[in-house]
Amino acid sequence: MSGTITIDQKQLPINGEDNLLELIRKASVDLPAFCYHFELSDFGACRMCIVEEEKMGFIASCSTPPADGMVIRTTTPRLQRMRRTILELLLADHDRDCTICERSGQCRLQELTLRFGIDNIRFGKDIEALPRDELSASLVRDPNKCVLCGNCVRNCSEIQGIGVLDFAYRGARVRVMPAFGKSLAEVECVGCGQCIQACPTAALTIKFEIDSVWAALSDPHKRVIVQTAPAVRVALGEEFAGKAGAISTGKMVAALRRLGFHEVYDTCFAADLTAMEETAEFLHRFEKGENLPQFTSCCPAWVKYAEHFHSELLDQLSTCRSPHQMLGALLKKFYAREQGLSPQDIFVVSVMPCTAKKFEAKRPEFTTEGSPDVDAVISTHELARMIREMGIVFEELEDDSYDLPFGFASGAGTIFGYSGGVSTAVIRTAIYKLSGKRPAVDFAFTPVEGFPNVNETIVPVGDGAIRIATVHTLGAAKKLIAALRTGELSYHLVEVMACPGGCISGGGQPLISDAQARHERAQGMRGADKLQQIRAPQDNLFIKEVYQRWLEQPGSDVAHRTLHTGYTSRRRVFGQFIPVVAAERPVVDIKVCVGTSCHLRGSYGVIQELAALIEKQQLTDRVNLEATFCLEQCDRGPSVVIDGHLLEGVSEERLPAIFEEMVVKNLV
Amino acid sequence: MSTEQQIQVSPSRRNGQRQFFRLNEIIAEQTGANRSLIAILQAVQEEYRYLPEEVLTYIATALDLSPATVFGVATFFAQFSLEPKGHYLVTICDGTACHVKRSMSVYDAICRKYDLTEGRLTTPDMLFTLETVACVGACGLAPVMIINGKTYGQISPEAAVAIVDKLANREEKEE
Ligand code: SF4
Ligand code: SF4
Ligand code: SF4
Ligand code: FES
Ligand code: FES
Ligand code: FES
Repeated sequence: MSGTITIDQKQLPINGEDNLLELIRKASVDLPAFCYHFELSDFGACRMCIVEEEKMGFIASCSTPPADGMVIRTTTPRLQRMRRTILELLLADHDRDCTICERSGQCRLQELTLRFGIDNIRFGKDIEALPRDELSASLVRDPNKCVLCGNCVRNCSEIQGIGVLDFAYRGARVRVMPAFGKSLAEVECVGCGQCIQACPTAALTIKFEIDSVWAALSDPHKRVIVQTAPAVRVALGEEFAGKAGAISTGKMVAALRRLGFHEVYDTCFAADLTAMEETAEFLHRFEKGENLPQFTSCCPAWVKYAEHFHSELLDQLSTCRSPHQMLGALLKKFYAREQGLSPQDIFVVSVMPCTAKKFEAKRPEFTTEGSPDVDAVISTHELARMIREMGIVFEELEDDSYDLPFGFASGAGTIFGYSGGVSTAVIRTAIYKLSGKRPAVDFAFTPVEGFPNVNETIVPVGDGAIRIATVHTLGAAKKLIAALRTGELSYHLVEVMACPGGCISGGGQPLISDAQARHERAQGMRGADKLQQIRAPQDNLFIKEVYQRWLEQPGSDVAHRTLHTGYTSRRRVFGQFIPVVAAERPVVDIKVCVGTSCHLRGSYGVIQELAALIEKQQLTDRVNLEATFCLEQCDRGPSVVIDGHLLEGVSEERLPAIFEEMVVKNLV
Repeated sequence: MSTEQQIQVSPSRRNGQRQFFRLNEIIAEQTGANRSLIAILQAVQEEYRYLPEEVLTYIATALDLSPATVFGVATFFAQFSLEPKGHYLVTICDGTACHVKRSMSVYDAICRKYDLTEGRLTTPDMLFTLETVACVGACGLAPVMIINGKTYGQISPEAAVAIVDKLANREEKEE
């Protein structure tokens, strides 16, 4: 669309904008809006962005495309009245405890209330306080703060392709919630925190772990060690009025020391280690042609997604723990002992851009002698909170540098924070390893047509080639996985990151309102890579030392025990059973999984067959048959449980024999 | 499983197999481009008489939708119930015509007899659920009571309680 349009008596050319709101913002009018989000579909629900057009009357600017000759007024007495009424209605049912609200100062509702000078609310409250959901390790949901803009709903379904949240009920009772009003911890939420980023209020917030960190810092018996992820350094400054993408590593380290951390390390070091391990693993699989494509595993949101939705791919996931867990394991397993300490004496804090890592750190397998390898994960935003609470004037800090040995990284480790970084690190390591020569330049990734957020590169090796793809956002990953299955695309290595652009826009990062900040953070990361004197992990002396002292070589048994892990299928919704044959005096109990994987593998046929067998043998009053959701063995379904014994891969043909053996024999 | 629980769930559980097979038929009938989630939910509710949580998850699984979306649709329409209903659904019309003819005194009488209150309108043995609707289009017969599709017109509070009592007794004998 081209042409001109008049906004508040100013003429403006139309330049391919999708909607009036974008154009109006270009006219330097900050039009109020709740449900408009720069990367989501138009929704047009909140009506805050309403404007008056000469001929059309009142229109929602966020969902109206600009047309030549439109004459728009953004502020008239009627518009002002309408917006105030909308705000007052929202405020009437809102929990207005701004002073103790996490989002205070960064909340759209608060900002607009101030802007419109609302000092009196004409409507009464007609709902009671609803419970907050604090069970998830990653985020907190407070329905009393929700303005029903639907940003989180569209974010989770459009960007992540999951759809954890949706509108439920209607009229005055309408709410946004997970299925059946369950907790986020009981459904298929992967904890990426992208919905936090999209939420204009404090209805979705980061699950804070600050208190446990303060407690450890004041405990004289604890050595408190902190590590910071690559993407934190390009965003922390934004919390202190710095520019997006500006690298604040020096000030960040200085602030951490002022907070009282005893040792300050760089997760980039651990990323070098990850690159070593993951490359060894990959080259092994590549030579053998096994479990390909290999999927990266440093994004815990993606890992949890695969566990919920793609049990068939779990063998293809790299077994590498994410970098901060690798460092945590080294610290608790080896470093503690060398220092004459027990794992319990050390308190490891990870500062991450990520909310999913909070969940990851609580996985029961990531412990040493009963002590978690990482004791607390705090987000970039939480670190900023701690710095402010202590009154540290961030901008005036003198640069400081990381401690050794775990504070030195190659450029490869530094770029883990944006999409393409992990693969680039692996390519550098692999080429070095295969050719014995330092890779001089990086391979450029090019977009794959028809697959948004997917880039690829082809690395020649010997007379073959390694085909590598990177993908960010889980919605895009879902599409890529489907294309891998049909054979439309094919790769040897696939890097997946859940957040748009990678960790730089993780759920724990400072809030951003446009795509520009994201771009600048990625630029910042690339800049940090160039600043490093060495580019490949193999050249990192401290990495060599870690292998010499503790880990032997990449992929060794001890490296495996310390740095790798395994995966399990996870059910999507915690739920009940569907009774199929309900015996009055049950003696044998049979449960058949009808979760997605088992359903696709024909578990319905299994139920039909079992019901027929029960009937034929006249056992309807003795055998209980139920359909259940996901026994968490999805990669080997259909799963059946008979009196507590789990059977995998049960086919209809095998059933009569199983039934005879496990049911009939037990009853006579 | 305790006996108490068994009795509670037995009326709906007895048909488990037929219901579950029918559920799969309903989903199978509604495949392809013009499948309608609402139509599926309607048909399934007819089968189960309400929409159990697990069944909604199953439908979401089969249709490749997110459970939250299916839950959203099921809670949006007043016609869907997510609470189990009793074996007998006793519906009292409270449309204008029936209201004028004091339909609510019929409602109150049943509440008193069976100890039902707002928010607990199903008897503990899952035999009856009491509900109101707006005008069922039989205004000439006002006040109107409907039990599992059967209409009773010009009903008095006493007559209504007597009918419900009779059903309750018959059920006891069969048990
Ligand atoms: S954290 Fe991620 S997966 Fe969970 S609800 Fe939010 S957007 Fe969806
Ligand atoms: S939780 Fe936040 S993003 Fe989601 S609808 Fe409510 S206010 Fe909007
Ligand atoms: S992309 Fe990075 S920040 Fe986002 S969930 Fe994955 S690891 Fe966390
Ligand atoms: S921002 Fe336009 S309707 Fe909400
Ligand atoms: S779908 Fe998970 S075990 Fe059946
Ligand atoms: S008002 Fe009851 S049938 Fe019309």
